[in-house]
Amino acid sequence: MDKMKNFFRMFSTVPLAGWLMGGCVAVLMEYYLGDAISYYLYLPKIPVLFGALFVLKEPLMIPSVVAYDLIIYVLPILLVSKLMAPLANGLARLLEKIPLSLATLLYVIAIYGILHLWAGINDYRVLVVKLTMVSIILTISLNIINGYQGEFSCSHPGFMALGAYTSSTLTLVLFTNDKMFGDALLPAALGPWLFPFVLIAGGAVAAIGSLAVAIPSFRTRGDYLAIISLAFMFIVKSAIENMELLGGPRGMSSQPSYATLPVVFAWTALCIWIIHNFTTSTMGKALNAVRDNEAAANSMTVNTRKTKVTAFMFGAFWAGVAGGLFAHVLRYVNPGTFGIQKLAEILAMVYFGGLNSIYGSIVGAVSISVLGEALRPLELWKWIIIPLILILVMIFRPHGLISFTELNVKRIIRSRDKKLSKGVE
Amino acid sequence: MAPLLEVKDMTHYFGGLRAVNKFNLTIESGQINGLIGPNGAGKTTVFNLISGVYTPTEGSIALEGQNIKGLEIHRIASMGLGRTFQNLLLWRHMNVLDHIRMAHYSQLDYGLFGAFFGTPKSRRREEEVIENSHKLLKMFDISQFAEHIVGNLPYGAQRRVEMARAMATNPKILFLDEPTAGMTPDELIRMIEIIRQVHRDFGVAIFLIEHRMKFVMELCESIQTLVFGEVIAEGPPEDIQNNPKVIEAYLGKEDLH
Repeated sequence: MDKMKNFFRMFSTVPLAGWLMGGCVAVLMEYYLGDAISYYLYLPKIPVLFGALFVLKEPLMIPSVVAYDLIIYVLPILLVSKLMAPLANGLARLLEKIPLSLATLLYVIAIYGILHLWAGINDYRVLVVKLTMVSIILTISLNIINGYQGEFSCSHPGFMALGAYTSSTLTLVLFTNDKMFGDALLPAALGPWLFPFVLIAGGAVAAIGSLAVAIPSFRTRGDYLAIISLAFMFIVKSAIENMELLGGPRGMSSQPSYATLPVVFAWTALCIWIIHNFTTSTMGKALNAVRDNEAAANSMTVNTRKTKVTAFMFGAFWAGVAGGLFAHVLRYVNPGTFGIQKLAEILAMVYFGGLNSIYGSIVGAVSISVLGEALRPLELWKWIIIPLILILVMIFRPHGLISFTELNVKRIIRSRDKKLSKGVE
Repeated sequence: MAPLLEVKDMTHYFGGLRAVNKFNLTIESGQINGLIGPNGAGKTTVFNLISGVYTPTEGSIALEGQNIKGLEIHRIASMGLGRTFQNLLLWRHMNVLDHIRMAHYSQLDYGLFGAFFGTPKSRRREEEVIENSHKLLKMFDISQFAEHIVGNLPYGAQRRVEMARAMATNPKILFLDEPTAGMTPDELIRMIEIIRQVHRDFGVAIFLIEHRMKFVMELCESIQTLVFGEVIAEGPPEDIQNNPKVIEAYLGKEDLH
């Protein structure tokens, strides 16, 4: 036990920049040597999700997969991050001198670079990464309503559906020649440039739809609002199912492929940035005040109605954007997707990751989506293992893994020299 | 010039029950007034009526000559009526600094756009708010708790947080609902000092409900006694103390038989 602690302590001086260097080396190794190494380890191809799929299908492959993960990921990351720590700390200190926003942007670009290389190995990875990011947006936006604002809203799949159908309809009508809506109204070349506006339109429709839940929330909360919001979700789903114009239960397909990896990543980063700004401002903290005690908030000059409407519309807007991205990532959308199963998935991510925390939402969304993909070969058993993990988390951490913490960018990217960190702690 | 707060013939019914009957009150700026009365007399109802939680059935309420009857609570609060609550209404998941920041809500001059994109204007305002919050924390001697979650604080400190929060709304008149409820004698003395200090430094008028006679006598210039929704006595502390009606209401009628 002590040995393990000492082992981890070795890495306490590695800043984020160091880990990114390690990640970069690992990803480059996989890019150039992945095929060769998997060949020598008798793996049929490069394992997509760290070999989880191989292991679950054929347990005999465990040694090869473990060896592959060690050679490609664990050893390079640990070695490089440890060896490069002094250099990385120097870099981190250099980046501390420039404005925080610029430094953050550089880090985000670095993270994107690594992700791009990692996902570039095959299409399946790209899809998993895109869907994970859509989940991140969904989770953070639901956290606005359920965590920061403290209502229990179940209508997120409904908001998502509104966004998905609005943006799909717009791209199909405007930029593509298809059977449903006929010829394109605008030149297809404009599509990718106008795609952000299409997504914003989807978000806006979702935000307007959210008024149907926000207005009842003036008078009721808790279980009753949960039922109202659940009803809203079913109304949206049934309405779309019965609209032949939108394809009815068969759904819509052949959306243009505008949701590329950089586009989805940029929207995710934008979402995190805006929600972070909002929740750390005094205006955003009004959500917490209304959640914890509405009467007190009101007496402290907080306009509680405006705050509630803001929370719902803001959360729904991002759910709509996520829905639009979702539809364009899969290039197919049908009303059945936006049912109770989707709701359970998003709720699980929010409560697993932690309420009132962007950091927690990212952790929750990533772990549940990756786990969901990795355990796919288990089929039915997947839905026994994931809920079991959820129950365990709820027993030991009732508010989720990382709850009630603010995303502190400064702390994440600071340098971690021994001398300096002693001064800090 | 109109008085700071003027309540005229305020009457309120809860269904068929008359909770408050023809309540009159005038507070000039800088005064400290008190409201006393036995349990269930309707003292907190008077507070709630004036601060907008309920709208009185009859009568008028004016703050600096402007009608505030029927306005929303947050509107009345941002017009200059700060208050604390009988059973501490704090935000249990928020830290102390955020409590004080929050109460600056009506003084934020940037819109939602500013909050979303962190515009320079909104950042400047946030910095000012944080600076002012720290000033208030220092004044109420709770700086050391700034980053603590409010539920973990000692009771006396929680009371001070509530008062600092009320002062952060920049009130012209401060309503204190039993500010010493549940306090030890030491904390009580400290509270008297704090209220005096607030009164002196901010020049704010104070209207308070209290059970402890000593406390009221020490602080207030004028006291009203409320029994079953009716004011039975009104005047400076010495008069109230010796008023037979008040003594009767508190201690019961002397049995002559």
